[in-house]
Amino acid sequence: MEPFLAVAIGLLVAVAAYLMTDRHMVRILFGIAVLGTAVNLIVFVSGDVTRGLPPLISTGVFGPDQGVANALPQALVLTAIVIGFGLFSFALALVFKVAQRFQTADVNAIGAAEGPFQRSGRADTRTPEPDAPVDQERAA
Amino acid sequence: MTWLLIWPILLPLVGAVLAALAGKRRRLSQGIVIVVCVLMTGTAVALLASVWEHGILSMAVGNWAPPFGIALAADLLSAVLAVITGLTGLAVAIYAVVDIDRLRAARGYDALFLVLLAGVNGAFLTGDLFNLYVWFEVMLIASFGMVALGRSREELDGALRYLALNMVATLMFLLAIALLFGSTGTLNMAHLHLVVANGEATGAVVASALLLAVAFGMKAAVFPLFFWLPAAYHTPAFAVSAIFAGLLTKVGVYALLRVFTLIFSAQDDLVEALFWPVAAATMVFGVLGAACQAEIRRILSFHIVSQIGYMLIGLALLTPIAMTAAVFYLIHHIVVKANLFLVAGVIHRYCRTNDLAGTGGLVKRAPWLAVLFLVPALSLAGIPPLSGFWAKLLVVQASLDAGDLAMAGIALVVGLFTIFSMMKIWNEAFWKAAPADGTAAQPNRRSLQTLCFPIAMLAVLTICVGLGAGPALELAERSSAQLLDPSAYASAILGETFVLAHAPETVAGDLP
Repeated sequence: MEPFLAVAIGLLVAVAAYLMTDRHMVRILFGIAVLGTAVNLIVFVSGDVTRGLPPLISTGVFGPDQGVANALPQALVLTAIVIGFGLFSFALALVFKVAQRFQTADVNAIGAAEGPFQRSGRADTRTPEPDAPVDQERAA
Repeated sequence: MTWLLIWPILLPLVGAVLAALAGKRRRLSQGIVIVVCVLMTGTAVALLASVWEHGILSMAVGNWAPPFGIALAADLLSAVLAVITGLTGLAVAIYAVVDIDRLRAARGYDALFLVLLAGVNGAFLTGDLFNLYVWFEVMLIASFGMVALGRSREELDGALRYLALNMVATLMFLLAIALLFGSTGTLNMAHLHLVVANGEATGAVVASALLLAVAFGMKAAVFPLFFWLPAAYHTPAFAVSAIFAGLLTKVGVYALLRVFTLIFSAQDDLVEALFWPVAAATMVFGVLGAACQAEIRRILSFHIVSQIGYMLIGLALLTPIAMTAAVFYLIHHIVVKANLFLVAGVIHRYCRTNDLAGTGGLVKRAPWLAVLFLVPALSLAGIPPLSGFWAKLLVVQASLDAGDLAMAGIALVVGLFTIFSMMKIWNEAFWKAAPADGTAAQPNRRSLQTLCFPIAMLAVLTICVGLGAGPALELAERSSAQLLDPSAYASAILGETFVLAHAPETVAGDLP
């Protein structure tokens, strides 16, 4: 089982690396999500993958039988999946908002928070802006 | 008494729920935040007193004895950081009453703020590696929400950069946990110390050490992983960037200190070889980055990076005095840096901009603000008798004691550049005449009072640490002694008998 999983993890990491080099925000995000899956699988493998023996302790005995899988990594993976899912949905919502505001999903075209020498103007446009998107939302 | 450990985490979590329930009743939710911060500081002080008196405290959550259950643990470093978190949180909470506008408040600022504080305190007080990961995530998700609250173009762009890199860092952390668990079979940090110190340095252990260095290094914004920080910290509301600047990177530094003095205490060659160049480069590149900026919060952001380098000298040299310097620097920096961001907010209220070109004349228009700026600014630059002077003195002394002239030289030169940056802000924003076409405004008196009260509070704290450097130094010394004695930490968490029984052998289990 482990060699198969190792190859699968390798493939996932390769896919993730490829996706994360893209300029499209959603592809980058998918890259991070795939990388997350690969890492979750590594956590899963770290607890010995064995077939057939549930990690349960019979009554009156103080330890599990030989050769059972470690149940803790599965609990860890479960936690990591839940957290990863939450982060991913937030990130997706954020990417959606950014794409709406900038009318593009190309990360190279988004540079509002960038560069010390680009903004030379004195008036700070930041303060009145927060209300703008809400108006748009209401209008929509 | 071990119950003291849970309060700094539980109070803000409960407060967050209450603040969320308070919903649109803004006064109520602000009141909840401030009360929770006061209570949190109180319990943290009690915790610090107890740790000072009785040594390291630990608590098994759900009564599952470590190393099987999750342990909460507080040594002096954790406890003092919890106290500083409470104080900084309180200052920012008062500031936010005016600074956070109706829109941001309606989107749940108050609840997110308390969740963030819970995450920070959780990270400081946990004794379990996976639990540390969970607290990092709690902190992260709250900070994502806070950085994107305003939804202006700058804020969204900053949030995106912050999010992408931090998500990757989190995955690195998880991967390191998987490797470490696979090769040692435990997640309790004290137990990990025993297993790693007694086993040989296998590939998996070294790999996970490096992965943790990258993951925490990214959070702490060390060279070469700091680019997200100056790209994101100048965009959100001032209260938000102040709490981020004060606390978030410092949680990364704390995690580095904890992990590399406890779990990988046996790999000290690796730690020194890894962190010497990182510390030096972080100091130099951070301060050079600041030198070419012309926006107050960007300058301050680059200085966060540069100051992180000073804290890492503790790991680069690993001597008791270097570690003392790191702890002292950590405490001093949280207070000073949060305060400078708060001052930047008031400057913005006077000049409607933070670009240095558009500011000016504040020494005449608001002389008391000039004084309030000078206290943290001079402290950051290391002018006696403020707290920064003692921090820098310790760093230089530690380098000289270790015979490391290069590091001492770098620290001094970087300090010089820090003064240069602070003078730049002083000259442009305060000293020079207001620009003729500037967009000056007169903020109203009552909101100014509310904004300046927390600034004054933190400034007084800085002065107190500076003038009362003796007790503060003793605290830092004892914390560093605890950090450098991991076996005492292990016996405090796991119990004397457990440590003796498990010390000589390696716990079975290898990476499948």
